[in-house]
Amino acid sequence: MSDWAYSNVLPWWPYVFILLGGWLPTDMWRYLGVLSANRIDETSEAAALARTIATALVAAVIAQLVFYPSGALAEIPAPVRLAALAAGFAAFQLSRRRILVGIFSAELVIGGWALVAASI
Amino acid sequence: MSSKALQREDRSTFGWILLGVKGIASPPALILTTAFFGFAGLCREAGISWQEASFMTAVVWALPAKIILLGAITAGTSLPAAAFAVALSSLRMTPMVVALMPDLRGPKTRTPTLLFLSHFVAVTAWVFAMERMDAVPREKRAAFFGGFAVTLTVINTILVAVVFNLMGQLPALATGALAFLTPVYFLTSLYGSARDISGKLALFCGMAALPPAHWLSPGYELLVAGIGGGLVAYFGARAVKARRGAV
Repeated sequence: MSDWAYSNVLPWWPYVFILLGGWLPTDMWRYLGVLSANRIDETSEAAALARTIATALVAAVIAQLVFYPSGALAEIPAPVRLAALAAGFAAFQLSRRRILVGIFSAELVIGGWALVAASI
Repeated sequence: MSSKALQREDRSTFGWILLGVKGIASPPALILTTAFFGFAGLCREAGISWQEASFMTAVVWALPAKIILLGAITAGTSLPAAAFAVALSSLRMTPMVVALMPDLRGPKTRTPTLLFLSHFVAVTAWVFAMERMDAVPREKRAAFFGGFAVTLTVINTILVAVVFNLMGQLPALATGALAFLTPVYFLTSLYGSARDISGKLALFCGMAALPPAHWLSPGYELLVAGIGGGLVAYFGARAVKARRGAV
């Protein structure tokens, strides 16, 4: 696992990792879009499947941040993280889908927990 | 209305670039900037340097791709698996660019210009362009889009560097709270922009699939949960649509 994984032992390796792991697999799709603009059907079933998997991938990252975080996020207890995400989503829905209201509500839960934790 | 349209025809290319630059004060651009505060916090958590965080912002740009790349870095995923996961998440760039091209392309716009501009396409710039492009004369659209999208990328690249460094002085709790902006931003913005049931199902299936995937295949949990959850959501949505159609 350790070979070909990210490490900053060699000063240039993080940048190669970012270019090959991030830039190339993202920009190649953008360039393909420019070059094949007349040939791809955005409404096809294949495009729908691609969209669904891409969304699920980001959802998996959301879950990773909430269930298995590292660093400072891990210092917020798991129930508080879950409650904050749920509160953010509920507030977003109730406010006719305002993203900023959702974000603010989630941060309120974390802030409220911090106040309670500090006073105990 | 006609005098306003006439005025618009008179605007120089530089004027259109400036008008695009002004677009960074629009709501979608400001919300994205909030998300980049969180991204800077996340980068700090992942243990990469501020130079790497800024470099990643400039060369990848799409936030979901960067979050997945960062997740792969944290999990110790190998480069091919990380690139594969990012490629899957960035696949949606192709249909987005394809949808944008007929609006962006003017009679004299060259392909190299379009290739350059396509690098700055991500959800926010795309939404911004699709909403406003109709009001821009065709031959000035590349200038208008470039003014907005390039500025947005440059500002957020600088912002990541500044916020990353300022956070060194913040208590861990504040860093954690900032990093938590990202999951909430993604959950709400993706749910809000989901076109139909499959997008919403994909969000919940992808999240639900992560804990078992984490247990089954550490290091590859994002790929396994993303593909597994995505397939379940896709066929689940088809079943729901078929049932609705039958009733």
